[in-house]
Amino acid sequence: MAFDLETAANQQNLRRIAIDPISRVEGHGKITLLLGDDGRVHQARLHIVEFRGFEKFIQGRPYWEAPVMVQRLCGICPVSHQIAAAKALDHVVGAPPPSAEKMRRLMHYGQILQSHALHFFFLSSPDLLFGFDAEVDQRNIVAVAAQYPEIARQGIALRKWGQEAIRLTSGKRVHGTGAIPGGINKLLSAAERDELRADADQMVAWSRDAVELVKKLIDANRAQFEQFGLFRSSMMSLVRGDGALELYDGGLRARGADGALIFDGASDQKYDTLIREEVKPWTYMKFPYFTQFGRDDGWYKVGPLARVQNCDFISTPLAEVERRIFIEASGGKICHAPLAYHWTRMIEMLHAAELIRDLLDDPDLLAGERIGSGARGHGGVGVIEAPRGTLIHQYEVGDDDLITMCNLIVSTTHNNQAMNEAVRSVARQYIDGQRVTEALLNRIEIVIRAFDPCLSCATHALGKMPLIVELLDASGASVDRLVRNA
Amino acid sequence: MSKTFLLDGRPVPFEDGQSVLAAARKAGHYIPHLCWYGHFPPHGSCKLCVVKIGARHVSACATPAREGLEAESEIPEILDTRRELLAMLFAEGNHFCPSCEKSGNCQLQALAYDLQLLAPIHNRFFPDRPVDASHPDILLDFNRCIFCELCVRASRDVDGKDIFALSERGIDKHLVVKAESGRLGDTDIALSDLAANICPVGVILHKRQGFAVPIGSRIYDAAPISELDLADEEASK
Repeated sequence: MAFDLETAANQQNLRRIAIDPISRVEGHGKITLLLGDDGRVHQARLHIVEFRGFEKFIQGRPYWEAPVMVQRLCGICPVSHQIAAAKALDHVVGAPPPSAEKMRRLMHYGQILQSHALHFFFLSSPDLLFGFDAEVDQRNIVAVAAQYPEIARQGIALRKWGQEAIRLTSGKRVHGTGAIPGGINKLLSAAERDELRADADQMVAWSRDAVELVKKLIDANRAQFEQFGLFRSSMMSLVRGDGALELYDGGLRARGADGALIFDGASDQKYDTLIREEVKPWTYMKFPYFTQFGRDDGWYKVGPLARVQNCDFISTPLAEVERRIFIEASGGKICHAPLAYHWTRMIEMLHAAELIRDLLDDPDLLAGERIGSGARGHGGVGVIEAPRGTLIHQYEVGDDDLITMCNLIVSTTHNNQAMNEAVRSVARQYIDGQRVTEALLNRIEIVIRAFDPCLSCATHALGKMPLIVELLDASGASVDRLVRNA
Repeated sequence: MSKTFLLDGRPVPFEDGQSVLAAARKAGHYIPHLCWYGHFPPHGSCKLCVVKIGARHVSACATPAREGLEAESEIPEILDTRRELLAMLFAEGNHFCPSCEKSGNCQLQALAYDLQLLAPIHNRFFPDRPVDASHPDILLDFNRCIFCELCVRASRDVDGKDIFALSERGIDKHLVVKAESGRLGDTDIALSDLAANICPVGVILHKRQGFAVPIGSRIYDAAPISELDLADEEASK
């Protein structure tokens, strides 16, 4: 069974709109739409059109190289890949001692905070502050800084603080080396701890302000929030043993679209029994699905919207208050609105700020063992919650210390079907088929951006994503064409 | 009164038998090098120590100092030649600094920074050079070999094991292990051997140590190679 609007029954005599490229998430993406004579959408697809090959070329390399090499998948969340790889390879070397795990957590919370701040303030806030139909030259952080200088200033400062947490734990703001198999390579000095601590209370306060800002913007157009790009799906995330939202280590929990548990407390080492991946001929990105429901019914979403609704509570008090407000706003039902990703993302940013503030009081960051030891293993699985969702790394290692197998399922991949469904939902809602409008382009960007800042990193960074949208008639002649250059 | 020669117009004292490079280094003047090692005879293969004497480009490590000699080192012509030599070394092997465990401790990388060679300037060869992980404690990553033969000489002349050699010539030249199987695991190399500790780049590596030293504490995080090389000379006096 194909999904509704995935494949048109008869592709002849349909008009094709291509948005190519849309951005550079783990490569390039494009969107294609096929329209009938009546202007109705018959097919809508999000394609990821570049092949990366990390899983292949890490084979034959020494295992201790993996965290540093594989993090190059991404420039926004390299820490997530570094830590996921190190966690997987802990099973080869030995479990990290308490100080090492806490340093990794500090790095990871810094990553969550900086990525969420980057995504919301730099990339997405113009959509919400200026509206979906805003002029192109307004849709960027520079315009935000001009019109809302305090919001821009706080966003930049929040991101900087998260980046500093990464630098102090891994040596660099981007692509450092802190997490290594079995532990970490440095502890925090008292001076470094104090450097972060000096701003901690301010960052928690500004994170609260960010949640308030999102709520205010959503309240201003409640109907749009609830309906824009809406689709329903299952969801998955890590959850701590006691049910708390967990970002670094826990069991896998999945719920159906109505909130009913599908599985809970599942070992991350057994992910391959829970999840399979389907390959489709029109995109390089695979489609994961829950094994028990099969390819057609087993798809799901991950990320902040899944995590905040999947957990039973959040362990830090301010974020927990906001979680409750969020749940109550949906009347206790599961919220599937894509724009709610932004709301839950800011709740998580507040959680990360609280976690960092509290963790900085822990003396284990300043002293203790850095590397663990244990029986030599031959592989393992590392799962963490990256800013955009569940991230799975698996490695097998030979007796000679070289990697023989690597499997990566990244957040973007988990959300593949979900993003496709969101694009289809927006296409159904807004395309009239007669004329390609700027508003259409922007709405498709906005809904993709709700999921994944890697897809949007090349777009709002300077306000314009390079886009060519062409509307062809049934004979292939161009009816309408819009070009937007970076 | 000691004998002197001129290096970039400055008098450099020397003793009979000293090379231009050794005398300059002792006097506190840095001349880049990759294949030179103070305890070994000059090798003259990397050519990074090239200086201009008269109209000729010569290797400072292999040129005896003599009274009245005038050598030029820090001049655009020679600096450009060194950058070109470095660029060819980077193009010839597979040097991926971002994921290399030798990064920050690598003389090739440090020299590139010191000479302001910050990006590739030649098309890379991307040779296919599988690693040799057969030894339990030592990894050989041939991708990064610059054919300096420091390991060859250390193993033969100091360790007395004669484990390494360069095979073939020209573009086909490559490092080999002198075992019937060609595998390091079939030799008696040990972690304490000089050959296991002398590689200036990331070929001969102690296993399971990669990235254990944090960024900020690696050798060339502290100072450029030109300063640290002279500090080594000072410490050896």
